[in-house]
Amino acid sequence: MSPSTRSRASKDASGIESSHHLGTWATLRRGLELSPELRKGIGVTVSLALISTVGRVVVPFVVQQTTDRGIMARSGPDIGLVLQLVLLAACGVVLTAVTSYFVNIRLFRASESGLATLRIKAFRHIHDLSMLTQNTERRGSLVSRVTSDVDTISMFVQFGGLMLIVSLGQLTLATVMMVIYSPILAAVVWICFVPLFLLIRRFQGIVGRAFTLVRERVGELLGAVSESVVGAATIRAYGVEDRTAARIDTAIENHRRASVSAQIKAVAAFTSGQLVSGLTTAIIVVVGTVLAVHGQLSLGELLAFLFLVQLFTQPVQTATEILNEMQNAVAGWRRVIAVIDTPADVADPAELGRSLPRGPITVVFDGVGFAYPGGEPVLHDIDLEIAPRSRVAIVGETGSGKSTLAKLLTRLMDPTVGTVEIDGVNLRDVRFSSLRSRVVLVPQEGFLFDATLLDNIRFGKPVATEDDVRLTLTELGLDDWLGGLPQGLWTQVGQRGESLSAGERQLVALARAYLADPDLLVLDEATSAVDPATEVRVQRALDSLSRGRTSITIAHRLSTAEAADEVIVVDRGRIVERGPHHELEDAGGVYSGLHASWVAQQHGF
Amino acid sequence: MRRWVIPVQCLEAALASASSPTLRRGLSVVGHGIREQPRWFALAVLGSAIYGVMTVATATVIGKVVRETVGPAIKARQVSAGQLWQAGFLLSAVVLVNVVGIVVRRIAAGITFNNLAALYRRRVTRQYLRLPLSWHHRHPSGQLLSNANADVEATWQVFQPLPMALGVIVMLLVAAVQMFVVDPVLAAIGMLVFPMLFVANLAFQRRMSPLVTRSQQLRADVSEVAHESFEAALVVKSMGREDHEAARFTHVANRLKDANVEVGRTRGLFDPAIEGIPTLGTLAVLAVGTARVASGDLTAAEVVQIAYLFSLLSFPVRALGWVLAELPRTVVGWERVDAVLQAKGGMQYGDRRLVRDGASRVQSDNVSYSYDVSREDGTVTKTSPAVRSVTIDVSAGGTTALVGPTGSGKSTLASLVLRLIDPDSGVVRLDGIDLREVVRGGVPEVGSLVAQQTFLFDDTVRGNVALGVDTDDEHVWQALRIAQADGFVAALPDGLETRVGERGASLSGGQRQRIALARAVIRNPQLLVLDDATSAVDPSVEQAILASLRESSLGTTVLVVAYRMATIASADDVVYMENGRVVDHGTHEQLLHRCAGYARLVTAYAREAAQRAAVLADEDRLDAQGASA
Repeated sequence: MSPSTRSRASKDASGIESSHHLGTWATLRRGLELSPELRKGIGVTVSLALISTVGRVVVPFVVQQTTDRGIMARSGPDIGLVLQLVLLAACGVVLTAVTSYFVNIRLFRASESGLATLRIKAFRHIHDLSMLTQNTERRGSLVSRVTSDVDTISMFVQFGGLMLIVSLGQLTLATVMMVIYSPILAAVVWICFVPLFLLIRRFQGIVGRAFTLVRERVGELLGAVSESVVGAATIRAYGVEDRTAARIDTAIENHRRASVSAQIKAVAAFTSGQLVSGLTTAIIVVVGTVLAVHGQLSLGELLAFLFLVQLFTQPVQTATEILNEMQNAVAGWRRVIAVIDTPADVADPAELGRSLPRGPITVVFDGVGFAYPGGEPVLHDIDLEIAPRSRVAIVGETGSGKSTLAKLLTRLMDPTVGTVEIDGVNLRDVRFSSLRSRVVLVPQEGFLFDATLLDNIRFGKPVATEDDVRLTLTELGLDDWLGGLPQGLWTQVGQRGESLSAGERQLVALARAYLADPDLLVLDEATSAVDPATEVRVQRALDSLSRGRTSITIAHRLSTAEAADEVIVVDRGRIVERGPHHELEDAGGVYSGLHASWVAQQHGF
Repeated sequence: MRRWVIPVQCLEAALASASSPTLRRGLSVVGHGIREQPRWFALAVLGSAIYGVMTVATATVIGKVVRETVGPAIKARQVSAGQLWQAGFLLSAVVLVNVVGIVVRRIAAGITFNNLAALYRRRVTRQYLRLPLSWHHRHPSGQLLSNANADVEATWQVFQPLPMALGVIVMLLVAAVQMFVVDPVLAAIGMLVFPMLFVANLAFQRRMSPLVTRSQQLRADVSEVAHESFEAALVVKSMGREDHEAARFTHVANRLKDANVEVGRTRGLFDPAIEGIPTLGTLAVLAVGTARVASGDLTAAEVVQIAYLFSLLSFPVRALGWVLAELPRTVVGWERVDAVLQAKGGMQYGDRRLVRDGASRVQSDNVSYSYDVSREDGTVTKTSPAVRSVTIDVSAGGTTALVGPTGSGKSTLASLVLRLIDPDSGVVRLDGIDLREVVRGGVPEVGSLVAQQTFLFDDTVRGNVALGVDTDDEHVWQALRIAQADGFVAALPDGLETRVGERGASLSGGQRQRIALARAVIRNPQLLVLDDATSAVDPSVEQAILASLRESSLGTTVLVVAYRMATIASADDVVYMENGRVVDHGTHEQLLHRCAGYARLVTAYAREAAQRAAVLADEDRLDAQGASA
């Protein structure tokens, strides 16, 4: 593929949107939709929470009444009444504690279940995204979408969301009681708070954007840290520890600044609530005194009203705090939702698709062309039929489009024009469960998991026994190699298989694909790091064993082409020659050149 | 005497809780943090102290205004504007100062937390860069990401509520003084609340610590599975194992969920208790206070004042609970971060410098190396030796080919020669100097490795080629030209300034390899190690690279891991390895002649081709015979 189109592809490809433009409420709605557990039983939880709120409001109210009517009573302290009220309040305290406990438990269970569901959905969907979409995002950043972004949400859904509802309830209750005491003063309180409510709305946007930036910075931070871990060997080889450290420091510093700035904005939003509450109290004292002087209010009523103002301002303050927290949660939620709502453009037709019976496979390319998103076409007018049971080698220079062909063949990507068919069925209509068991690609760098050799080989077929795996290695002529490993199949391969050599990792990847027993095996430079003797042995084993199976091999080393039934030569995105090796060898075309160069490599200068 | 018994018992309980490991260690971590950020922390505490004093002052000022202005005004049925302004001004002033205190406290606390987090992220990632590769082999990438992110955050999160809690303590002291001045008995009863809170907290922490440890470990596990699985995305997709991976992730995600629900259950019990205890204290004060008013020991106003102070305190007091509830996470986070910070075994460097005066001589003397791998139970084990007692001597300026079957230890030897890893035993020398005696950065200065699997940084093409070397465009282009990468780089949208994406994702394998080659070429190394690094480039490119390096003023020693006959045959010397040992060395011709394993390996393609030709010839002959018959 041409380099310019490749790199442009990475910019323009239908990547995961980093700043999903979902509004706050839309985000919350979508979030609740994705995690139904968050809503399950919410009615009971809210009812319990309201009971506990009533308890919370009753207690200070009773305290106020106790002092007003019990202790300060004109006729001297009324011990009986005080005790009654204190007992009532104590019941309120216990009621609040008990209901709070159940509310907490219910919320924790609901929110943790909901978030686990969200994590799992996002994780699953990342695997469903097409290869191209996956490659537009750093792996570390993808990890943050199923870890820290989800964690950001947890604080809010465990506590905040409900508190917001409860605060509204308390606000209403306090307003009603204020109106009963003095409608004028109640109006004064609301007049003081209306500008604050408008201000909070404005602040929400500012705070929200600030937190969104923080989440992006976290993704970048993880990307930078991940580089220092995954690139450990290269960093040491070039002694660029300091340079890498400087890059990480930049990411850390950017994150720190974004966090501090978000926090300052959140504090501004919060303290404006605090300030308005305090000033409102002062205004009520002044206005209340004027009203009382004019006989519209007694001193006791004024004091009681001041007390109600506290009941009113406290939930406002709580709510401003929670709204900040909500913006933080929404920022994380947006990133997770963005991933889940990114369409999987190479999608599994699932039930709508067809399942193909096993057996020898025919592949047909019909007028296939391909261009990376936003790039020039890298494959043109590919018409190709590959007969069942044939062994085909695809050769060509680096960047000629061979690998693209392999990716279309295995439906890692869909062609821009034309169709790829197996057994006469368009690949797009084949169920993944069927396709992936019949067609397997072995890429150049087959990833190994941090597990035993055994588990890595049977990755595609976990039901395989140890003996099956041994048999596979024997059939592939890899007995000697296995014999050289003291722990044999129980060898731990380490992180990414790094305690094995690159060639050994390729052998594992090959055995893994072979054990999965596909009808079409596509090897994309799958033995490029394996020594020649082993490669020849493996290739021979594959040839003799793959009678009945179609195999397509992309290789630089032309030994494979020599042995193939047919060689397909790709040059600048087009098939320029095809036929058996001995026919093309001396035909004077592209293949002749490639082959001459290969022969020269084998014999020195 | 009697009335002091209960407080003393509670004090003992409090001291016992102070000696609980979590609290003690949590406070020690907090101490660390304060020492790291003393100024911001002090500012936060100052803000918080203002807040504490002003909150109590608000109650006092309201009381004063009501007593001295409002009450008399209502009685007199008249009020002057001046009096009202004065009252309003006094109240507003208290509110304003309080808000200033809150702003200072919150911002300074936020800065303290974020600075600490940034500082420890830097320290943790410095360790990742400092620790040897063998350490990296033992630690999953996902876990390391979690250490640098979630664990650092868990450690310092406590600094967000901490200043407020300290402000609350100031508030309590001011309030306590006021209460004791009014009535010691009532104050003492009210103060019983605090030992009770301590005891509740002690019980809470005992239960909480193991739960939090587990939750934090599972958090790392989730990150680990996600990281590995996303790295393996292509394999997962091409083998259709998405469901299997999702099941694996679901398993850890659900375990984390269960652990967090357990944490929530404990917190769910603790929070209402912490909230309820101070309120019960207020009620006790009211009940006892009323009795004391009735018995004439106190006036009603005094009881009301104390009760009001209590109800004022009951909400802020919860901040103490937040801090105490946060401590188990602090301790666990710290332990996980500290494990990275304390990890020993960083490479030791000496003070000797390698002279840049020409191609280097490379010697290894009886060198052995085994890899570390971690087993599922978390223990570390060694693999069988990848390199065993290897002794080689590569003379300066020559080209030596390292040949051997897959897994014979060639790459390990290549890593040893440039000190990516230190041998378990034996010595590697460059120009006679033990690599372990060379200064930090000394080896990469003279030697370059182009690895089998190229790693590109998420940086520009220029950044990836220069990689910290101070150089100009012309030299970068020259290096790219030698590696035959100039063509495709010129065609990139932003040329040298094009970003290559994570690990060079936007480039093809061959293109990445060429950039990696240019990276080595531009350094003009005295020692170049090519670990099967030219498989994707034409042999003529390889020869051009080697020639250009030889022509450079200083000359280069080349150690090349290769299977390509052309490469091997043009080397001055060949070292043949099998199973971690050097089996033979000499010229290509010599080895071809006397070493059966070597001959089998390098002539594999030729023999295969010959065999096929023979089979074809046989078939032709048979066909011809069949035709003539």
